[in-house]
Amino acid sequence: MSVAWTDLIIEISYMIATALFILSLKWLSSPTTARRGVFAGEAGMLLAIAGTLLHHGIVDYKWIAIALVLGTVIGIPLGRVHMTAVPQRTALSHAFGALCVTLVGTAEFYLRAPNVSKFMMGVLSMEVILGSLTLTGSLMAAGKLQEVLPQRPITYKGQNVVNLSLLGIAIIIAVMLVLDPSKMYLYPLIVVIPLIFGVMMIIPIGGADMPTVISLLNSYAGLAAAAMGFVLESKLLIVAGALDGASGFILSVNMSKAMNRSFTNVLFGAFGQEQAAAGGKEEAKPVRSATAEESAAILAAANKVVIVPGYGMAVSQAQHKVRELHDALNKRGVDVKFGIHPVAGRMPGHMNVLLAEADIPYDKLLDMDEINGDFQQTDVALIIGANDVTNPAARSDASSPIYGMPILDVDKARTVMVIKRGMSAGFAGIENPLYHLDRTLMLFGDAKGFVGNIVRELTRGGHS
Amino acid sequence: MLAAFIGFEVIRRVSPLLHTPLMSLTNALDAIAVVGAIILAGEHKTTLATILGIIAIVSATSNIVGGFIITDRMLKMFKSSGAKKA
Repeated sequence: MSVAWTDLIIEISYMIATALFILSLKWLSSPTTARRGVFAGEAGMLLAIAGTLLHHGIVDYKWIAIALVLGTVIGIPLGRVHMTAVPQRTALSHAFGALCVTLVGTAEFYLRAPNVSKFMMGVLSMEVILGSLTLTGSLMAAGKLQEVLPQRPITYKGQNVVNLSLLGIAIIIAVMLVLDPSKMYLYPLIVVIPLIFGVMMIIPIGGADMPTVISLLNSYAGLAAAAMGFVLESKLLIVAGALDGASGFILSVNMSKAMNRSFTNVLFGAFGQEQAAAGGKEEAKPVRSATAEESAAILAAANKVVIVPGYGMAVSQAQHKVRELHDALNKRGVDVKFGIHPVAGRMPGHMNVLLAEADIPYDKLLDMDEINGDFQQTDVALIIGANDVTNPAARSDASSPIYGMPILDVDKARTVMVIKRGMSAGFAGIENPLYHLDRTLMLFGDAKGFVGNIVRELTRGGHS
Repeated sequence: MLAAFIGFEVIRRVSPLLHTPLMSLTNALDAIAVVGAIILAGEHKTTLATILGIIAIVSATSNIVGGFIITDRMLKMFKSSGAKKA
């Protein structure tokens, strides 16, 4: 086949792949068509790779084949992780994506320098800077989520100054390279400095901020890939990168809104600031606690129950027990819904995935805005391992660090039950006045065990 | 630019319910960067470029495979109450 024909075929395969990618995301917008979206994505991917393999510049297939097989071998276990490990898996995959982009960028630089146009050098620097900071940033995030690294935010004085100057230096060096690409000795710096910056950026971040951070890293990874698309002059890559960048961007805007952080605050990675723990004064206030038997009786007598899951449910793997509770209550004619805060858990949509894993129909899972109006007619709000997202101080106490953050109005329900291991503060390190309300019952214990006990009481049928 | 705009509109319509699969899917799509890596590794221009390209293929492919598998596994789990009764 002549070169012109092959080029045409490659071009067409890329165009179809691009269209398939966009369709893939479009179908993902509804759970009924979402799986079709995955197939479209897969088809587009296969087509694009097949097209690329026709590329006439390729002289050796042996290593490509080995690398593809090796990547598949690594990828399969990564696709089979437990659902609770999805957040760290996602962070890890951002790191892989960023690694790929950074390596290609580096190779391209050394192949082309010093004959690089200003535009090319600009996008290449952007690709490499974003790629390398996403690489270490994501590895740090994955480490924190996997609890290999300490989850508590580590802060020190002048942290922002250090971080911003690191980023500033990297950008200045990039500009110098753009102005004069022959200064090749500068190149390693725009890899190494962002690598350090990535680590420094994640150090001050605590678990509760993870949904925002993961979305942000997702966006960076996408932008890096789009920049790579400009370097390689591949429209397909620009589109895929832009899609990824846009989705990460939208998610981080959503997340920061849900936490009442300004978006610029998030963009500069300067979050985790107001996390200084302010506990210590809560011991004196009384709380009411209840046993599983008592709570089962209350639940059985209710008409409307809203379950509010949080990270605690994920930690204790309680989602299957929660499903049993849902079934047991449904059998007694109790209306059960789930109220899900956008930042519950450790990544966007984390709770939905866990509850779906436990076979809870998705039309029972309601977003914060959909459920909040319902709490006034709700008999029991059952909170399982969530804390800050239910803290009424966010509405009423202007001095609270989370003041202004939208919360689930669980305190409007007639009875509030909170399953919690102890009285310790949530991730933001602040006291939750909800626990001291007269209508609140504290159910101390492990989420899985406690829900299990309630289910046992309910199915024994002693109450109604 | 047009693609970014279309993408923006499309993604905004994805319900919060599916945000986790959205992220894993876009991640898999992002790994289309593998095409750049394949050309790099296949062209054999310099040893450095080939080695970097090969490592890049490995990391991108693991994202493609892992990303699609896990997205599909997640989506399989989402069932409506109507479908369950049927």
